[in-house]
Amino acid sequence: MERFRLVFSGSGGQGVITASIILAEAAVLYENMNAVQSQVYGPAARGGAARSDVLISEKTIDFPKVTHPNVLVCLTQTAYNMYNPIIRPGSLLITDSRYVKTESKVDARQRELPLYATVMEKIGNPIVFNICVLGALIALTDVVKPQSVVSVLSSRVPENFLDMNRYALDLGLEIGRGAKQIKKD
Amino acid sequence: MKKNIKFIQGNEVCVEAALYAGLDFFAGYPITPSTEISEHLSKRLPEKGGKFLQMEDEIASLCAIIGASLTGCKVLTATSGPGFSLMQEALGYAIMAEIPCVIVNVQRGGPSTGNPTHVSQGDVNQARWGTHGDHAIIVLTASNHQDLFNITVDAFNLAETYRTPVILLFDEVIGHMREKLVMPEKGEIELVDRLRTSLGEGIDYHPYLPREDGRLPMSDFGGVHRYNVTGLFHDMWGFPSDNPQVVHGLIRHLVDKIENNVHQIARFKEFFMEDARTVLVSYGAAARSALHITKNRRARGERVGLLELQSLWPFPSHIVREKCASAQKVIVVEMNVGQILKEVKNAVDNPEKVFLANRVDGELITPTDIKSIMRLIHGKGV
Repeated sequence: MERFRLVFSGSGGQGVITASIILAEAAVLYENMNAVQSQVYGPAARGGAARSDVLISEKTIDFPKVTHPNVLVCLTQTAYNMYNPIIRPGSLLITDSRYVKTESKVDARQRELPLYATVMEKIGNPIVFNICVLGALIALTDVVKPQSVVSVLSSRVPENFLDMNRYALDLGLEIGRGAKQIKKD
Repeated sequence: MKKNIKFIQGNEVCVEAALYAGLDFFAGYPITPSTEISEHLSKRLPEKGGKFLQMEDEIASLCAIIGASLTGCKVLTATSGPGFSLMQEALGYAIMAEIPCVIVNVQRGGPSTGNPTHVSQGDVNQARWGTHGDHAIIVLTASNHQDLFNITVDAFNLAETYRTPVILLFDEVIGHMREKLVMPEKGEIELVDRLRTSLGEGIDYHPYLPREDGRLPMSDFGGVHRYNVTGLFHDMWGFPSDNPQVVHGLIRHLVDKIENNVHQIARFKEFFMEDARTVLVSYGAAARSALHITKNRRARGERVGLLELQSLWPFPSHIVREKCASAQKVIVVEMNVGQILKEVKNAVDNPEKVFLANRVDGELITPTDIKSIMRLIHGKGV
């Protein structure tokens, strides 16, 4: 597997950091891989642009930051504008169509997905938006198995919210798989 | 899922290791980027029957753990640069009174309140010389979670072995990042317990009278013996003395017990050093970048090696001298203006072959940064 280098970005409060920790934890605890997660601290994490870096690999990971992501997730326009220049050309760029207007000049496989709209329509609670994004991300990349994420969710999420999180994950997986089909056409 | 695998922050690893080492008492004042140590211990330590105190400041924090250590507890406090500055007076007291304790400094940018949420390695010399007067100190560091666990347990062991404060000098990157930790089993790492006097009640106890082997058995303060503890130069009863012979003897003892054991205290790792012509010397988070570029250059056939230091003080000059003997270039990779650089220059046969690769803007030095500097040093331009 090529080293998975993710920058997960958005705005403070969207669950960007949490989602990235869940992903990295799934890789380490349930798939016997190595992962390093780090995040930007300070004012950025309190309402401004939030950023979390995740590296996943079968080999050891030395340098712990991501300089040129091969997967970039942007959940706000600010984050998209800020981080689209650092993506490794031709890599996967996931945005939410409600929040981000993409530009065609960006050299990336851009997937604009209606994740937020779907969560609000089917679940009606934005709290699980990040988990839906995570679902789409793993459907598009196959970096970990969905079951591994479910296992992490079961250990981290309060029982009352578990079904809602699993549903959000499934919605994301479905949207992600759909977007993957388009790519093959 | 294996039960003993965790995916946690470096600060949490430090907590787990301290508990493994037998921590009984923590007093501290939360400060970024070390706050998670206080946060997690406030929950975990009482669960294990220990005591957690949040103090009014860092001066009180170190004073509190010094007192607790005297009563027989294994103790810890955690802070960052500004708090570490406040601790310097009490640190000197702990050195003088020979009180085992462990102090974590998760470094951030300085001086002053500096750059709280960003990485730096600017406190290396503060850890060595921050408190006044001639003294010796043990300072350890680590670059990954498994090593961080081991070195934290080591810190508690060395504090007891040498009756001295030990400083764990971590940094924001290591403290905050999450990676895998395989929790060692109970008994897997040896623990050093407090050396206590065998003297019973009613028999005179001399707190500062060394045994044949130079070690000083302790008696739990508040227990069966009455004795004096002071920051002044003191005699074998612990009472102040300005007798030149006593003063000279004590200062030699405080310095020698650590400096003379530099071989036992030295901790380091080496990568691709066998035939290395260019040797990188690094520690902490910077060593991760150094290791990345070392592997990268090796893959291209360049004879680059890495010496990673895990004990910074007493400085392991003998190791650096030996390992860098056949190197043509030695490049110190650190995130300050050259604090370990000077020590490496002093240690090697020819200081002219030692160069600095650094970054002091609050960002972690990258493998590309190091590569560019290596090219310049080798006269290849950027």
